[in-house]
Amino acid sequence: MSGFSNGFIYVIIFFSLYFEIFLFITYLEKREVMKKEESKKNTKTLPSVSIIVPCYNEEKTIGKTLLSLLNLNYPKDKLQIIVINDGSTDSTAKVLKRFGRHRNVDIFHKENGGKYTALNFGLTQARGKLVGCLDADSFVEKDSLKKIAVYFEDKSVMSVVPSIIVHSPSNIIQFVQHAEYQWGIFLRKVLSYVGSLYVAPGPFSIFRRSVFEKIGNYTDGHCTEDLEIALRMQKHHYRILNAHNAFVHTVAPPTLKKLYRQRLRWTYGFLKNALDYRELFFKKEYGHLGSIVLPMAVITIFITLYYIITALWTVGEKTLEYVTRIQTVGLPALSLESFHFDLFFVNIDSILFLTLALFILTITLLLLGKRIAEGHWNVSKDVLYFLLLYPLIAPLWLLKAIYDVAFARKVQWR
Amino acid sequence: MTERAFDFRKYVFVFIITSVIFFTAFFVGNYFNEKKIEEIRSIENNIAIDILSSETQYALLAESSCDTIGDSILSEELGSLGEKLAYTEERRGNDNLEVISLKKSYSLLLIKDYLLMNRISEKCGLNPIFILYFYSNKGDCPDCTREGYVLTRLRKKYPALRIYSFDYNLDLSAVQTLISIKKIERKLPALVIDNSVYYGFQGVKDIEKIIPRLSEIASSTEAVEES
Repeated sequence: MSGFSNGFIYVIIFFSLYFEIFLFITYLEKREVMKKEESKKNTKTLPSVSIIVPCYNEEKTIGKTLLSLLNLNYPKDKLQIIVINDGSTDSTAKVLKRFGRHRNVDIFHKENGGKYTALNFGLTQARGKLVGCLDADSFVEKDSLKKIAVYFEDKSVMSVVPSIIVHSPSNIIQFVQHAEYQWGIFLRKVLSYVGSLYVAPGPFSIFRRSVFEKIGNYTDGHCTEDLEIALRMQKHHYRILNAHNAFVHTVAPPTLKKLYRQRLRWTYGFLKNALDYRELFFKKEYGHLGSIVLPMAVITIFITLYYIITALWTVGEKTLEYVTRIQTVGLPALSLESFHFDLFFVNIDSILFLTLALFILTITLLLLGKRIAEGHWNVSKDVLYFLLLYPLIAPLWLLKAIYDVAFARKVQWR
Repeated sequence: MTERAFDFRKYVFVFIITSVIFFTAFFVGNYFNEKKIEEIRSIENNIAIDILSSETQYALLAESSCDTIGDSILSEELGSLGEKLAYTEERRGNDNLEVISLKKSYSLLLIKDYLLMNRISEKCGLNPIFILYFYSNKGDCPDCTREGYVLTRLRKKYPALRIYSFDYNLDLSAVQTLISIKKIERKLPALVIDNSVYYGFQGVKDIEKIIPRLSEIASSTEAVEES
């Protein structure tokens, strides 16, 4: 391997290690604070909340989503549920009819205009002091809203985001995401502590209504309006926190094709919004967000890509070598006689040790997320699937997203 | 509850921890690499002693029987040394000074073994089969990798076959002298078998055809396998 290539690997490993250690140390610093948060109860009157549920062709899940909202352990007179049917062409409207009889459910039908237009329409109808959204393929746990409301007792908090877990994973693609979301739970909590949350996800992020009054409504945000609104809030120095013990379940894409489209949209949206909000980068006034979190989020995309491509390249080279061997000398090239174990041929170098350190740290952080979500940190099959499969599938959308951003190609919602 | 401010002290602290992990891994990795180089050197020393011992035996030949010499000399160990050296060269690059130095010692050992075996064969009436193989790994020999596979296969199939591989570009006078004595042109890969030079890729069957005697020295395992 050339000196330049080796040097580059050392640099990216250093950056990756630095960021993960930064996250881990922050977690260790805040462990006690986290415990206190978990035991905190509402001391003031619960605020009124409006939850907007935009839906487009969600006949399969919308019913369950609304039931989970109706089952929230929250005073009914303080909870307004606004459902916006954004021009669905399936039987979503029919399902919604069943919920019309609930006094705190307001149902609206409009022409299809995209998620952000549905959310903005919902904002015009919202009466609550707090306004939130819930994707129509997500389900809230009973106490989630109360746990989120606690955080709003602090007047400086402008938005609170929950912990998201994959709803009933049933195939490998969903198990991979299950582990990935647990990593996300850890990451979101730590980023919350360092004031660096840059996404207010569709599943149950709650805002003070004044946020929209002051900085404006949702925008398309390159098909990632949840990312754009969070970055806009960060630009205005608004505090966004995470209620790690408020859980929301979301239906994860069940097929590789659907996952690819979702992740392509997320990655593309992130890169485009990062460009739009580039003024946040490397500015002292934006603290950890500008100096480390956002730059690392961008760099990580390229680092992941580099790592994965290098790994695939190596596997490809080795395969080609064996194919050439077989073509040259026939199958005896693979006879057991040619194999003999000698520690000498095990590639024990500093890059191996550093990769190992990075790997162990990544698993530790993932398991910490698992502990927050499930109360234990056993290594289960989802973690193994994640470690084995994610590196193989992630390049698909990472490469395409970079290509789309570089060549100004637009990514669509569906 | 949050700490938004730019925290220089924390960044420095994280930097120190990262650096400690980084340099520990660096030193541990280097330690193992050095161990590998030491292992190669140690094998080379052993072979050097073996050759010296054989040369001494040869000098004493007048007073001893041919039976005591012959197979006691290297071959297997030289083969494994070659593999380790090739691996190290692949990892560290063919321009690495340590690799070049090891390769020079290895090539000298090969030449010494080749000469000694020739002398012993003459004296004792042995009839060993030698292949001298000249390659280049500077990107100007697309068939050299495949030729390497063929020779590795032949070495496994015929353990008594003595293969000596030389880097055509190695800046070592002994190798360059061998190249000029055998009149090897830069048309690689090149094989010297029974004083004839064969240029270009030669497959297993081609070489078996060139050296019909190979079938006589096939290992019994291989003979069973082939039948």
